[in-house]
Amino acid sequence: MEFHMTILVGILVTVAVYLLLSRNMVRIILGTAVLSHAVHLLIITMAGAGEGSVPLLRESDGPYADALPQALILTAIVISFATTALLLVLAYRTYEESGSDNMNTIRRIDRE
Amino acid sequence: MYAVFVIFLPFIMAALLPAMHRLIGDRLIGWYVMAVPLVLFATLVRLIPRIADGEVIDASYAWIPDAGIDLAVRVDGLGMIFALLITGVGTLVALYSIYYLSPRESLGHFYVYLLLFMGAMLGVVFSDNLMLLYTFWELTSISSFLLIAFWYHRKGSRYGAQKAMLITVMGGVSMLAGFLMLYFMTGTFSISEIIGMRDTLAGESMIIPAMFLILLGAFTKSVQFPFHIWLPDAMEAPTPVSAYLHSATMVKAGIYLVALFTPLFGGLEAWFWSLTIAGIVTLLWGAFNAMKQNDLKALLAYSTISQLGLIMSLLGFGSAALSADAAGNPTVYAAAGFAALFYLLNHSTFKGLLFMVIGIVDHEIGTRDIRRLGGLMSFMPVTFTFAVIGSFSMAGLPPFNGFLSKEMFFGAAVDIASGQPFAGGAEVLFPVVGWLASVFTFVYCTIIVYRTFLGPVQPEKIDRTPHEAPKGMLVAPGILAALVILIFFFPNVVGKYVIGPAMQVMFPVLSQEANLVPKIEAWHGVNLPLVMTFGVIALGLLLFITFRHWKRIYRVAPFRWTMDSIYRGVLQTGEAASTIVTDLYMTGRSRDYFAFIYLFFLVTVGGMLFLTGAFEPDFSRGPVGIFEISFVIIMAFAAIAMLFARSRITATLLNGVLGYSVAIFFVFFRAPDLALTQTVIETVTTVLFLLCFHFLPEWKPEDSPLRTKVVNGLIAIGAGTLVTAFGLTVQGYDVYASISSYFEDSYKLAGGSNIVNAILGDFRAFDTMLEVVVLFIAGIGVYTLIALKPKKGGDDVEGK
Repeated sequence: MEFHMTILVGILVTVAVYLLLSRNMVRIILGTAVLSHAVHLLIITMAGAGEGSVPLLRESDGPYADALPQALILTAIVISFATTALLLVLAYRTYEESGSDNMNTIRRIDRE
Repeated sequence: MYAVFVIFLPFIMAALLPAMHRLIGDRLIGWYVMAVPLVLFATLVRLIPRIADGEVIDASYAWIPDAGIDLAVRVDGLGMIFALLITGVGTLVALYSIYYLSPRESLGHFYVYLLLFMGAMLGVVFSDNLMLLYTFWELTSISSFLLIAFWYHRKGSRYGAQKAMLITVMGGVSMLAGFLMLYFMTGTFSISEIIGMRDTLAGESMIIPAMFLILLGAFTKSVQFPFHIWLPDAMEAPTPVSAYLHSATMVKAGIYLVALFTPLFGGLEAWFWSLTIAGIVTLLWGAFNAMKQNDLKALLAYSTISQLGLIMSLLGFGSAALSADAAGNPTVYAAAGFAALFYLLNHSTFKGLLFMVIGIVDHEIGTRDIRRLGGLMSFMPVTFTFAVIGSFSMAGLPPFNGFLSKEMFFGAAVDIASGQPFAGGAEVLFPVVGWLASVFTFVYCTIIVYRTFLGPVQPEKIDRTPHEAPKGMLVAPGILAALVILIFFFPNVVGKYVIGPAMQVMFPVLSQEANLVPKIEAWHGVNLPLVMTFGVIALGLLLFITFRHWKRIYRVAPFRWTMDSIYRGVLQTGEAASTIVTDLYMTGRSRDYFAFIYLFFLVTVGGMLFLTGAFEPDFSRGPVGIFEISFVIIMAFAAIAMLFARSRITATLLNGVLGYSVAIFFVFFRAPDLALTQTVIETVTTVLFLLCFHFLPEWKPEDSPLRTKVVNGLIAIGAGTLVTAFGLTVQGYDVYASISSYFEDSYKLAGGSNIVNAILGDFRAFDTMLEVVVLFIAGIGVYTLIALKPKKGGDDVEGK
């Protein structure tokens, strides 16, 4: 299973990086969102996907799935949400001020 | 203890100054500042008898012992001369500033910088550790920068400050390199220990490079040709600063450095020639350029350059006394070292006096341009008298102290020319060039007196009615004028108590065998130096009278070429080149910056995996469930479809498909908390995207050229492949034992049966708190962006 998951992570990273390299602001933000998905899957896969039981003490007697990466990912999910929200508002304000969502056009405005 | 007190008192007082300023106000703050050098001067004067007996007061405290850097201070005869100048002239300059500066100026800044300089300069002359000396040395450059740029609204002030900073700091850094070389040869930063190793160091091959690097520091600070160019521009500083830093003290730091290292390098042929040639060229070039100046302060700046050259060459002559070849009579050469220190003292008195006189003229008349001045004698009799005393002393006339030291310079130059300690032949030029420079000196001294105070008044060219300066302003120059005359009549007191101890420091070996303090006499019969003085007066008067006829010579190349144009050229070229280089990668396109990041990632991480042979992917496939594999395929399709999505809604929904699939994978992978959170967050994110789309335009197809798209694609595929390879490689390793079992006691330790919750809320609660901080900051960011819009037509932040 790890093999397939890692291949999937590779595909997601490829898509994310390609989106990040675009000129359109919304595409760039989508790129960051996809990149977060890829990283979360990578972490949980490397922790040994699907081994053990749910890390709830009352549900079973173990062995449990590794809880530490899960805690890390939980933090990461929330933070990636925060940055996505900030980026979206930034894009909205940038468009409002500059009248463009194209990074190259915005760059020219900044230089003038 | 004394020395530490002396160095740190100005710093402490500077730190207290802002509070004090608020307490006692503008009127009294100058007196508070003046008290500092006055107390220090009194402290040092009380030490003079002990120092004159050859005592050395030192103290050392460990500072960074691992690096051999100690807070080592040492009060000896040499440091004493400079410290007396720093505190003595410092007191007078502070007194003068009280009357010179208008209370409308930012006095607080001025006095803090002045005290900062005072402490740094005292630190330079009392340090017995190379690193400590270097620290204080750069601190003098910084305080000088701040003082030159005191009137920072003027372009000239900023230019002058920057120029002084660039040149002196460049020299300082090279000096640091020289110090480090000394450290590598000796294994210590202690100056007295290094000087004690003179004999063992003589055979080292690094000694000459170290010497040149240290000299570069001394020459840039003490404005030797061709580094003199910063001093005329430094005249943008308020005149008290020019009198203090740029004539009496800071520019003599280089002289101090050379004197300090004379016992180490003295006797080396390279040392002798570097000092004498740099000194003599500076002496002549400075004096020659001083004559053509119309601005009195610029004239004094060039005259300072010239006289620092003279002192430097005298130190060069004196160093010959330490040469093994100079057997015969080394004391004759050592007398030049004495003359250097004597001239240094005299220069501080008469040049400080002249700067104060020019400051008074500028203050009361409103200009210091000699084309607009003249005939001020009848309006300002006291100032005129001071100007005559200062100028005649500088020109080398009796009964002023400058006469004595100028005669000694002629004597020393003649001795070198006849003795030829290094048999170079060029020594015969020294008295000739020195004499010629003295003629020029006489000419510009006459210009100062005649063009300012004699001749016709030109009321139409000045804005104010000329009048004498207020009494308080005349006190400081009055004391200096009195010193100029007193030293002429009692030179041997100075020689015995102040210069003698310094000679013991400069020529430690010789001083045990012979008396290095010559008796200074104003009249020693008709000899060659006296004849030279008569020649100076005769030719000087002739040149002054005919000045109009020969001043065209300044328009002839090579006199027209200045080092300034080279400095400006280097600066401009440097700026242009760095702009070109920076523009190469700072393109302003986010695409390029992302590309740099991922290329760097590919090269370093990928390169590292391949070079170390760590790339061992684990291709083993475990059991695969039908549900899992179907979601892998769904996600792969959804992701690839995003690249081709025609509308942003499609792309966002596909991103939603990815997010919810991730949630399902969390279920497969026994992570119910993650699945729950992911579902909630994914929903909110999708809503947020859709909400923002209301305000954003529909996206257009990417208009990048195909070539860019191909490069982007390659970078993306590279990054994806590398992450896969990395992931597969990592799976093959299990280097560290898992610490997860620790968390399985979560109920006992944290009272939670949900292990993930226990980790977040207890074991790693600090991380969670920081996560909340991140959310908070993002929240503030969102709020500021939306709520605090600049009003249309209101003030733009950048003031466009």
